[in-house]
Amino acid sequence: MTALRLEGLRKAFGGLEVLQGVDLEVAEGEFLVFVGPSGCGKSTLLRLIAGLEQPSGGDIHIGGRRVTETEPAQRGVSMVFQSYALYPHMSVYRNIAFGLRLARTAEERVAERVRRVAALLQIEELLERRPRELSGGQRQRVAIARAIVREPKLFLFDEPLSNLDAALRVQTRLEIAKLHQELGTTMVYVTHDQVEAMTLADRLVVLNGGRIEQVGPPAELYRRPANLFVAGFLGSPRMNLLPLATARPLLPFEPPAGAETLGVRPEDLHLAADGPLQGRVTLVEELGETRILHLALAEGGSLALRHRPDPPPRKGETLRLAADPERLHFFDAQGRRVA
Amino acid sequence: MTARRLLRGVAFRLLLLLLLFYLLFPFYYAVVTSLQSGSEVFRVDYWPRSLDLSNYATVFAEQPFARNILNSLLVAVAVVGIALVLGLTAAFALARIRFRGRATLLLTILAVSMFPQVAVLSGMFELIRGLGLYNSLYGLVLSYSIFTLPFTVWVLTAFVRDLPREIEEAAILDGAGPWVLLTRIFLPLLWPAMVTTGLLAFIVAWNEFLFALTFTLSNSQRTVPVAIALMSGGSQFELPWGNIMAASVIVTLPLIALVLVFQRKLVAGLTAGAVKG
Repeated sequence: MTALRLEGLRKAFGGLEVLQGVDLEVAEGEFLVFVGPSGCGKSTLLRLIAGLEQPSGGDIHIGGRRVTETEPAQRGVSMVFQSYALYPHMSVYRNIAFGLRLARTAEERVAERVRRVAALLQIEELLERRPRELSGGQRQRVAIARAIVREPKLFLFDEPLSNLDAALRVQTRLEIAKLHQELGTTMVYVTHDQVEAMTLADRLVVLNGGRIEQVGPPAELYRRPANLFVAGFLGSPRMNLLPLATARPLLPFEPPAGAETLGVRPEDLHLAADGPLQGRVTLVEELGETRILHLALAEGGSLALRHRPDPPPRKGETLRLAADPERLHFFDAQGRRVA
Repeated sequence: MTARRLLRGVAFRLLLLLLLFYLLFPFYYAVVTSLQSGSEVFRVDYWPRSLDLSNYATVFAEQPFARNILNSLLVAVAVVGIALVLGLTAAFALARIRFRGRATLLLTILAVSMFPQVAVLSGMFELIRGLGLYNSLYGLVLSYSIFTLPFTVWVLTAFVRDLPREIEEAAILDGAGPWVLLTRIFLPLLWPAMVTTGLLAFIVAWNEFLFALTFTLSNSQRTVPVAIALMSGGSQFELPWGNIMAASVIVTLPLIALVLVFQRKLVAGLTAGAVKG
């Protein structure tokens, strides 16, 4: 069953087209992640689904019902905001209960449901505190609890981890993934962090300039990016993109017709004494588990290469390298993938 | 090192004492004077020698001073009420709703508050008379509101603008309509700001002299500052300093009480808006 369907959704602010016709279907229980650079329209898309913005065109269906003009609270969605947006003047309990009370839920039911989500998120001992007495991670849990307690058909997350420090971010990411498994509710999640996007998503939607560039499972997008944008956006360090003329020696076979650019990820390159390309090391970035070598090619251009064996090459050394021929990507003049 | 720190601590406290003395001494001297009777007033005394409350009694006996206090109170409360209700709704529109000419409107409001009172006095007088509000408290309420509103609107606009929009949106998603949003989310959050602006509006209305003097005629319509200024003694060469001081002390007390009651909110309100410009 379809939990969410977007049909030709458009949004313009003044003359500026932020979203230019988005079509998308999200299955029941799916974890969908919108990812893209800032200004790509991902947050606007989420706000349109929530009903906080009105679309300039197109339709939104949630759970088989058309909700394009429905009030936000009637859509059966709840949202976790980037800033948590807790009500500062209310205790944690009242924060979580606010929506239920507005919906005129009986007070015993409210108490029961608040206790249940508080237990789920392990914030039972915080219920009487004010938001300002909580740490960032605790606020985040309260915000999630407030979203869950209304038992929505659809969860919306707007960059919920971006205000947390790195360690907490990893931990909370895991907890969100676990929560999704336990609740089984459809989740739509916006982030600009590709690690979050890759690890959380059942399906990833890469947005750019108000358009969907590619939709699919994270691993598939990573292995077979449909165009130059997705190829460059996913993966850190970025995929190396070389004009075919420069990269020609790397290929043991004829390039496909129409190919103009060759893409090869840093981990698909390796040092080889008889390698077809030669480069001089300009920078070594030590990451601990691996290191990134930046090489200036003799033919012009530069490359990044993920390197593991010890000892590390030194800056200024000239090395030869080869690519894994199975893992090369070709793009035509328009930036589209060529098989 | 510690000696220097100690010295700085002492110097800081001395400076504070000096400042406090400068601020409080006139009031203290007024209190002392108000407790003296007859010609004692004209002797320089820094400590109250007698506790004579007769000045306080005569203030109320020789003129309708209780009536004047009530007038001041009515006017000030009305001005605060109008300023807060109109100010809050206007601030809302100016901070949250996009419309053409919003910036111009804000600047116009600011410009209005820059006119000196004297410059608009005659025009305002015509307006008050034209509306038939001469020698009436309504005239004062109207004129004070005109002068306090720009300030109130500006301050409250700054506060509303600083409220995170996401809190509002979270409430909307929780099912809050405009009324719930205003009463359950915004009012509690704007409470310090309302106290601050309300108190400042109250003080302005309570202390105002020029309009009160110009727009009222009879003693029964006068507010406290005018009543005090127009107090006269037995002859035209005598100023009843004792009575004037007693009256001054009486009218200062409500302000002190208000500030003390709302002290914490006041500080919160004065600083809260300052974080983001």
